[in-house]
Amino acid sequence: MVQAPSGAGGPSRAPARPPLPGGALAPSGSMAGPAAKIGLLGLAAALALWAVFPLYAAGQWLGVGVVAAATALIFYVYLSRRTVPAKYLLPGTLLLIAFQIVPVVYTLSTSVTNYSDGHRGTKEQAIDQIEASSVVRTEDAEEYTLTVAARGSAATGELVFLLTAPDGTAYAGDAEGLTPLEGAEVGPTGRVTAAPGYTVIPAGEANARSAEITEFAVPTGAGTGIRSSGFTSAYEGRSTRVYDSGCDCVTDTETGRVYAADDERGAFVAGNGDRLAQGWQVNVGAANFARFLTDPVTGASFFGILAWNIAFAAVSTAGVFAVGLGVALTLHTPRRLAGRTAYRLLVVLPYAMPAFAMFLLWRSMFNTDFGLVNRLLGTDVDWFGEPWAARAAVLLINVWIGFPYMFLVATGALQSIPRELVQAARIDGAGAWQAFRAITLPLLMVAMAPILVATFAYNFNNFNAVWLTTAGGPFPPDNPMAGATDLLITYTYRLAFGVGGAQYGYAAALSVFIFLIVTLISLVSLRRSAALEEVHR
Amino acid sequence: MARTTPRPSPARRAAAWVGRDGWRHLVMAVVLVFALFPILFVVSAALNPLGTLSSSHLVPRSVSADNLVELLTQTRFGAWYANSLLIALANAAATVLLSAMAAYVFSRFRFAGRRPGLYGLLLVQMFPQFLAIVAIYLMFSFVGDHWPQVGFNTRTGLLLVYLGGALSVNTWLMKGFFDTVPRELDESAQVDGASHAQTFFRVLLPLVTPVLAVVGLLVFISTVNEFLIASVFLRDPGAKTVAVGLYGMVADQRDANFGMFSAGTLLLAVPVLAVFWYLQRYIVSGLTTGAVKG
Repeated sequence: MVQAPSGAGGPSRAPARPPLPGGALAPSGSMAGPAAKIGLLGLAAALALWAVFPLYAAGQWLGVGVVAAATALIFYVYLSRRTVPAKYLLPGTLLLIAFQIVPVVYTLSTSVTNYSDGHRGTKEQAIDQIEASSVVRTEDAEEYTLTVAARGSAATGELVFLLTAPDGTAYAGDAEGLTPLEGAEVGPTGRVTAAPGYTVIPAGEANARSAEITEFAVPTGAGTGIRSSGFTSAYEGRSTRVYDSGCDCVTDTETGRVYAADDERGAFVAGNGDRLAQGWQVNVGAANFARFLTDPVTGASFFGILAWNIAFAAVSTAGVFAVGLGVALTLHTPRRLAGRTAYRLLVVLPYAMPAFAMFLLWRSMFNTDFGLVNRLLGTDVDWFGEPWAARAAVLLINVWIGFPYMFLVATGALQSIPRELVQAARIDGAGAWQAFRAITLPLLMVAMAPILVATFAYNFNNFNAVWLTTAGGPFPPDNPMAGATDLLITYTYRLAFGVGGAQYGYAAALSVFIFLIVTLISLVSLRRSAALEEVHR
Repeated sequence: MARTTPRPSPARRAAAWVGRDGWRHLVMAVVLVFALFPILFVVSAALNPLGTLSSSHLVPRSVSADNLVELLTQTRFGAWYANSLLIALANAAATVLLSAMAAYVFSRFRFAGRRPGLYGLLLVQMFPQFLAIVAIYLMFSFVGDHWPQVGFNTRTGLLLVYLGGALSVNTWLMKGFFDTVPRELDESAQVDGASHAQTFFRVLLPLVTPVLAVVGLLVFISTVNEFLIASVFLRDPGAKTVAVGLYGMVADQRDANFGMFSAGTLLLAVPVLAVFWYLQRYIVSGLTTGAVKG
């Protein structure tokens, strides 16, 4: 039934020629292969040229080198006759390195820094920001007409001040400083109405970001900066906090207080321990890792969350396995069962529904006041307000989402078990349950064990299942960072992007911990299930 | 055997039926109630013209297409839908091709780095990818500065991020299936002079269709459901995927758009069901044969 290679003039039709040794590399006579190869290499070269030009223009020599090396590798692999495995692995591997491994390595390197809100950039940028944000209006202050804009979306994009000087010149000001604004449309009042590359923020949305706008400052040089007064005007003033490179410190000219640079913490610190909000990024070594092991508050919540996380993954996996296998066994009979096809299709329906939407829908169904669950049962349970009710609800939802997949897998595994084995056991006098325990289940587990391990690993980091339903809550009154249904991954996400200010370095360290835990659990269980034996062949 | 025994009484036949098949129908009835009532609720909420959570019931009290019309006219659902389908189809197709190529090599060739490669794929997958989202965000800020065509708010850029995971557990699943195809088939093709590319495309791929279908379906479903990276990546109202767009509708707990949200959910289930229906004959064998062999 194999389709023979049907390339034009295939050697199989030319018995005069003996089969060549190393037939895999023998010329086949077909032109399709070489043509495809030339086309693909041409495409790779064109892409490389397209990619390298902006890098060259920006003077990013490291980037130019990376593109050149990757292109050279592609040409070497596809022109060489000896690198057959690499020919098949290269495209996927390049994507894997660029979009998985590089981010992971970057995360690892972030985990040993203090990278967070207030510690984002270099020391120079921090000094610029300290000076700019401390400016006060002087008598000769220059006034600008202000238009608040953003790069990207008005709601979340990086803030930019579009400024019109009294002489009509337009500038764009960001945390780096002022740059002339080209191609701006300036309205009759002097406000910029549109500029390429920027989104002008409408008044309504500016209100929502007003705290951010008030804080925002554009450094304009040593000891000066531009700040807003309201949403439509800005002034250039003189800094009250000035950096002196001689003492490597910042002096507040109003209070006379001196903040000395602390290069280990990445902040300017006064004698009494006060520190300025703007710091810079420094290497803190293992401090992030030590933090939740030594800090009693985070330490306690970490291990509490870890325990629930393991329970969540284990109970979810056991739940979907039990229900899925139960349904598969119910429908598994040698006789014709009326409606079996219909049952199969209906049972699989939850799997075909968009999972993220169903999580949100279940959240609504568990709503205390309007939710379907309370209305149907006639109860008044505050499902997401009580820790154990919330945990039960999340587990129920997750089993609902996951069991149809396990049903499909179990159905396939059951069908691959020869019926004669079970029949023989029954003839020998085994009961149905005994035959199942002794024959069916062990054979089934051979097929299912790797899938169960994968399901466990997947549920261990099942962000959506928790975030879209309880969002980690309910939270104890004394700790708004660690909720009763929080998984490590939702807890980490809240730390990284949460309301208490972003703590990327700390969150990255937690990611590394999660990675180690999941890896350990999965490797141990995969080894025990011997699923990796195949690799050793 | 049945012919020689006298016909049992109706009562005994009924009892026998319950013992043999009846309990199966009973169990399935319970399971179907559990499986289907949330779906019934979505359908009901989508048809309910009031469109709020508190007015939604399990069985619709009144029926109209208001939610659907509102969804299609008041929001940019059409654009979101097109984005989702395009990205999911492209990601599924590319992932199937890339991971099949890798699985072919891991199954058929012995080369230095094969075992580390296979283990490495499993390990990298265990790093929760979106915890690297800060890194991805910063990377694409750089990318967007130099190549705006693949930066933020572009479907190509999002697709690239997804394709970073093309070689993954899928490769393992496929390799297991490739291993079940006898080697003699491709060896004989190669003796006949087929190149490795011809062996791969013309001999092996047609034989492993079930697992290609399954991986394609799994990737398609998970891309449609992917929410977090897409929400960071696509921020313009017209560039969103359905997941990001629908989430925005019910993000606040008031759920005033609940009817529109439900209608959108059902519309999104349609292509998944269609793909599912089309591929169903492959699914059971594709899922398990690969798994048996690890």
